Amino acid sequence: MRSVILSAATRLLLPLILLLSLFLLLRGHNEAGGGFVGGLVAAAGFVLHGIAHGIEASRRVLLVEPRILLGTGLLVAVVSGLLPLLSRKPFLTGLWIPGDVAVIGGLGTPMLFDVGVYLVVLGVVTMVVDTLAEE
Amino acid sequence: MIWMRCGQPINGSMPERPDMNTLLVLPILIPFSTGLVALFFWRQPRLQGAISVGGCVALLISSLFLFASVWQGGIQAVTMGDWPAPFGIALVADVFASMMVVLAGITGLAVAVYALANIDAQRRAFGYHTFFHILLMGVCGAFLTGDVFNLYVWFEVMLIASFVLLALGGVASQLEGAVKYVTLNLISSAFFLAAAGILYGTVGTLNMADASLRLQTLQNPWVSNLLAMLFLVAFGIKAAIFPLFFWLPASYHTPPVAVSAVFAGLLTKVGVYALVRVFTLMFTSDVGFTHAVILVLAGTTMISGVFGAMVQKDFRRILSFHIVSQIGYMIMGLGMFTPLALAGSVFYIAHHILVKTNLFLVSGVVHRLRGTFELSSLGGLYRSAPLLSVVFLIPALSLAGIPPLSGFWAKFVLVQAGINAGGYTIVAVALVGGILTLFSMTKIWGEAFWKKEESGGGPEPPGVEVWTAGERVAYYVPIIVLAALTVSIGLTVAPLMDVALRAAAQLADPAAYVAAVLAGRP
Repeated sequence: MRSVILSAATRLLLPLILLLSLFLLLRGHNEAGGGFVGGLVAAAGFVLHGIAHGIEASRRVLLVEPRILLGTGLLVAVVSGLLPLLSRKPFLTGLWIPGDVAVIGGLGTPMLFDVGVYLVVLGVVTMVVDTLAEE
Repeated sequence: MIWMRCGQPINGSMPERPDMNTLLVLPILIPFSTGLVALFFWRQPRLQGAISVGGCVALLISSLFLFASVWQGGIQAVTMGDWPAPFGIALVADVFASMMVVLAGITGLAVAVYALANIDAQRRAFGYHTFFHILLMGVCGAFLTGDVFNLYVWFEVMLIASFVLLALGGVASQLEGAVKYVTLNLISSAFFLAAAGILYGTVGTLNMADASLRLQTLQNPWVSNLLAMLFLVAFGIKAAIFPLFFWLPASYHTPPVAVSAVFAGLLTKVGVYALVRVFTLMFTSDVGFTHAVILVLAGTTMISGVFGAMVQKDFRRILSFHIVSQIGYMIMGLGMFTPLALAGSVFYIAHHILVKTNLFLVSGVVHRLRGTFELSSLGGLYRSAPLLSVVFLIPALSLAGIPPLSGFWAKFVLVQAGINAGGYTIVAVALVGGILTLFSMTKIWGEAFWKKEESGGGPEPPGVEVWTAGERVAYYVPIIVLAALTVSIGLTVAPLMDVALRAAAQLADPAAYVAAVLAGRP
C-alpha cells in the first residue's frame, strides 16, 4: 500500500532523521545519546523510507549492503580499541586529542568506538528489517 | 616502562619482556578479527576457508607466546581501558588459563582444517566460518577473564554463536536439538545472572580476585554457600554434570561433525573451567560442604554417563554420553581439592579436549565413507580403512584409560590423589566407570570396524563419491595430528604433568592470582 502523504513526508523526514541520529551520536559521550541510539534512529529513518517507497528503493538509498555496514562498524570499533596498544596502554583505553574541538567537545577513541556501534546497529537493524520484508 | 602503571609484577631480570597488554587480548582479538574478515568475503568460500585456517594458526601461535610468558613470568593481568583493578575488567592468565587457550588454539586449528571439507557450501554462505571464530573468541574470553560479569558475557557470546552453528542448515533434527540446547542454556544463564547479582549485592564487587578476598570475611557462611550452589547449578548445566546433562546427548549428534567436534572438545570444558576457577578462587571457605557436593556429583555423573552410553546405537550419541561421564572425572579432582587431585583434573581436561575432538572427527570420516552414524549398518572398516581404524583406536583406548596413552595417566593421577585422600568410594566408582568406557569403545570398534560388512544389505549409501586429494588431506591430517599428540602425551608424560602440577599449585593457593590482579590497587 503506497500513500502519497507518507512518501512526500518521508522525503522531508529522512534527512532530518539522519541529522538527528548524527546529533545523538556526537552528543553521546557526555550526555544522553550515543552510537546505539543514533544507529537506531538512523535505521528507523531507512525503515520509514522502506515503508513509503518499498524495500528495494530504501536499499538503493542506503548505498551499502547492511552486511558490509555491520562488518565495517565492528572493524572501526576494534581499531578504536587497538589504537591505545600502540602507545603501550591496555586495550580500549580512551585516548583523546588534546584541546577542545568546536561543537562536539573533544575527539578521541571512545568517539571512534561510538561510530563503530552506530554502523553496527544501523547494519543489523536494516538487515533484520530487509529479511522480514522478504518473507 | 609504561607497564609499571598497569598493575603487573615487575620482573627486572627480563629486559625484553613482551607487551602483556597486547599478548593477553590477542586470543580474543584474533578470532574476532578473523570472523570479521570472513564476513567481508562471504561470497568467496575458498578465500574464507583460507582466512579461517590462517586465523587459527595465528591464534595458536599467540596462545603459545602467552603460555611461554606466563610460564616464565608468573601470573599476568591487565585491566581493560586502564581502569584500576577492582573496577576495570581484568584479563588474567595463569598457567591453567593459558594452557586452556593453547588447547583452544589446537582444537580450533584442527577443526578449521577439517571444516574445509566437512562443511557444505550453503552453511559456509550463511556464515559458518564467522560464527566458528566468534565461538572461539567466546571460549578464549571465558578462559582469560577475571571478572564474573564479563564471564557471563563470554558465556552469552558462546551461546549465541553455538546456537547459530547448531541451527545452521535448518535440518529438522538439528532444529530440535538446537531448541533443547538453547532452552537449557538460557536457564543456566538465568541462574548465572542471579548468582552474579547476589554476589555483587553481598560483597560489592564482581572482580573474582577481589570477591575472593571479601568472601573470606563474610559473617554468615551460608550466604557464601548459597552463592556457591547457584554457581554450581549455572556452570553445572554448561558442563553437563548429573542431573543437568540431558540437553547434551540430545543436541550434540545433530549438526555437522565440524560443529559437534568443537562443541564436544571445547564448550563443555568451558563450564568445567568456570567451575574449577570459581571453586578454587572464591568458594573455599566451607570446603567440607561445597566440595563434598561436587564429589558426589562427580561420581553420579561418571556412572550415569557410561550407563547412558551403553544402550546407544549411534556413533556420535555414544560419544556424547561419554562426554558426560568424562566430565565426572574432571570435577572429581576439584571435589577432592588437594593439589595432586587438581593436577589430575587439569591433566584430564587437557587430555580429554584432544581425545574427544579427535573421536568426533573420526566419526565424521566414518560418515563420509559409509553415509551413516548407525553402528548396526556399519562394519568392515578395519579391512577397507586400516589407517582410520588405527586413528580411531588411539583416542578410544586413551579415553578408556589404557596405558601408556594419555587417558591412563589422567586417571592414574586422579586415583592416586583419591587414595591419598582416603576417598575409596570415588576411586572405586572411577575405576568402574573406566571399565564401562572400555566396554563402549570396544562396542564401537566391534560394530563399525571389526564386524564383517553386510554385503548387499541395502542400497548404496548416498554421497560416497570418489575422494578428491584435497578432501582427503583436510579429513585425515587433523585426526592424525591429534592422535599423534595423544600418543606423545602418553609416552612423554613429564611435560604436560609439569604444566598440570604447576597449574594446580596456582589453583590451590590463590594468593598469587589475587596479588597479580590487585597489584595496582589504589
